Amino acid sequence: MLHLAEGLRLPTNGLDYTLLGIYFAVVLGIGFAARRSVKTSLDFFLSGRSLPAWITGLAFVAANLGATEILGMAANGAQYGVYTVHWYWIGAIPAMVFLGLVMMPFYYGSKVRSVPEFLLHRFGPSSHLLSSVIFAVSSVLIAGVNLYALALVLKALLGWELWISIVVAGFFVLAYITLGGLSSAIYTEVLQFFVILAALIPLTVVGLKRVGGWGGITDTLSGEKGGAFMTAWDGTGIGSDNPLGANWLTIVLGLGFVMSFGYWTTNFAEVQRALSAKNLSAARRTPLIAAFPKIFIPAVVVIPGLIALVMEPTLGKTEDGLQYNDAIPVLMRDLLPNGVLGIAVTGLLAAFMAGMAANISSFNTVFTNDIYAAYLKKDRPDEHYVATARWVTVVGVLIGMGTAFIASSFSNIMNYLQTLFSFFNVPLFVVFIIGMFWKKTTPAAGFWGLLTGTAGAMVNYFWFYKQGVIDIPSDQGANFVSSIVAFVVGSVVMVAVTLFTKPKPAEELAGLVYGTRSPGEPEPPGEGDDAWYRRPALLGWGALILAAVCYIPFSF
Amino acid sequence: MSDNSTPKPAAQQVAKEIEELEKRSQTAARLFDVRRIIGGLFVVYGVIVTIAGIFASEEDLKKAQDININLWTGIAMLILGVAFLVWLRLSPTIPPPAEGEADE
Repeated sequence: MLHLAEGLRLPTNGLDYTLLGIYFAVVLGIGFAARRSVKTSLDFFLSGRSLPAWITGLAFVAANLGATEILGMAANGAQYGVYTVHWYWIGAIPAMVFLGLVMMPFYYGSKVRSVPEFLLHRFGPSSHLLSSVIFAVSSVLIAGVNLYALALVLKALLGWELWISIVVAGFFVLAYITLGGLSSAIYTEVLQFFVILAALIPLTVVGLKRVGGWGGITDTLSGEKGGAFMTAWDGTGIGSDNPLGANWLTIVLGLGFVMSFGYWTTNFAEVQRALSAKNLSAARRTPLIAAFPKIFIPAVVVIPGLIALVMEPTLGKTEDGLQYNDAIPVLMRDLLPNGVLGIAVTGLLAAFMAGMAANISSFNTVFTNDIYAAYLKKDRPDEHYVATARWVTVVGVLIGMGTAFIASSFSNIMNYLQTLFSFFNVPLFVVFIIGMFWKKTTPAAGFWGLLTGTAGAMVNYFWFYKQGVIDIPSDQGANFVSSIVAFVVGSVVMVAVTLFTKPKPAEELAGLVYGTRSPGEPEPPGEGDDAWYRRPALLGWGALILAAVCYIPFSF
Repeated sequence: MSDNSTPKPAAQQVAKEIEELEKRSQTAARLFDVRRIIGGLFVVYGVIVTIAGIFASEEDLKKAQDININLWTGIAMLILGVAFLVWLRLSPTIPPPAEGEADE
């Protein structure tokens, strides 16, 4: 996974550790202070559906800005060059806008507490249980991978033993989530967002000066890697060769449509942030507000990856030398003096912990709400479920710590993680999109679409790609293709099953499919929500146009 | 909410349950404002890092390509922290009206 090379030890001193210690103390403080706001299970799982849009929006982007993402995208920058911007401008923004403008009224308006619960209402118990179990298992596993990645980075950078990092970081996440539930997770994510920017911006500024600005990077890398390395689309014609191993069609359909829509619109660790917003307008604005920082994050993640490649041309060349994943740690070591260095270490650590906390807080919601309360112990008083959720958090973190130790036996988990997303998120997205827009879709179709879509992606990955039945040049390219396969198989099966089974009566679908409205009176708009800069359509289209404009300098 | 006695689909029962929980929810009333935490942390960080910048050694400056990066980052963090505290001061959290009273 994140193999960091030896000799990356950072020259940290007492000043840096002071900054780190302050952060840990503040995070624990948030946990204790948020505890008194938790009275009902809704407070614990969704912050009582009461947070303002700017907080949920920043938490939405921060939950995705985990350290595996930061180190991984800088690594992609060094390995694939400017192509990496596709993960942001085509691979995130359109899906985020779609979630906010089109899907959120159904999610938030139907008052569900989780993504699987939406499936319960739209289709029925079989799809509900299947997706809840898949989600619960995968989020604990991913939490473990995050924890293990954190431990590896701390071992390389600070020289901490693996088990110390796993136990310490696990304990802090456990403490603040158990105390304050989603509110502490979201507050910590907002804080982490600012700390990681306070680390990455100085790093980029100093790095740019070192390599002679953007012109310096372009001259050096165009010379070494060819001109296409510094562009977004050159060399992506079908049949032509490029480092990404993907052509424009797989980029647009695989990454831009199915993979990214699958991740951003149905991954509960993300959607949960929007469901905690205080009203429908705030919920719709959550992913739209998040889209704007997301557009500019490549400037402080991909550019450092390119800078690192200029400074250390041997990056990723040899087995035991510096790896692509080392891009940001190398810059931290070589460019940041004590002080800002401490902020950078804190930011990375905070990002790892926030990534893990997002998995744990969505896990405890789905397990308690969608498995325990729905099928194991029904109709207990609300207090019982709050207490259960706290215990589930403890158990979830402990299992996460366990899987962290198991994760250490795998060699490359970064790609494996992306593969898991193509297995589980894409089929879920198919079921959602068809179920939301085609009223006739039957409960049976939902279940079989989910199951066969998942199976289809797995067959493509393990059989067609791994056994070499079809020729795909890279793991990333294979993930794009698996996603397209899952999408096609899932939708064909859903249409076929729908034609032979019985749909739900129309009155049970009110507010769950496109063109219907939740029963009851529409909620009154919040005060000031009609201001022009808070209009979802304006924010959404603005983000799309801005992302398209960002492509221009890299396309011609 | 209208109260009719015909059995409702599961989705509507859950929606009703959520409305009940929303009324009893304490987050809006009792959760502290995150702007206070962001402001406080960044003011503290800003002061510490700015001081580190004021006493920057030759070696530190050379490492950061002759930019006094601690000083600039520290000042920027201080400004951000103060901005959050001022924002909190100018538009403090308004505790929402007790919803129970309004609805019953």
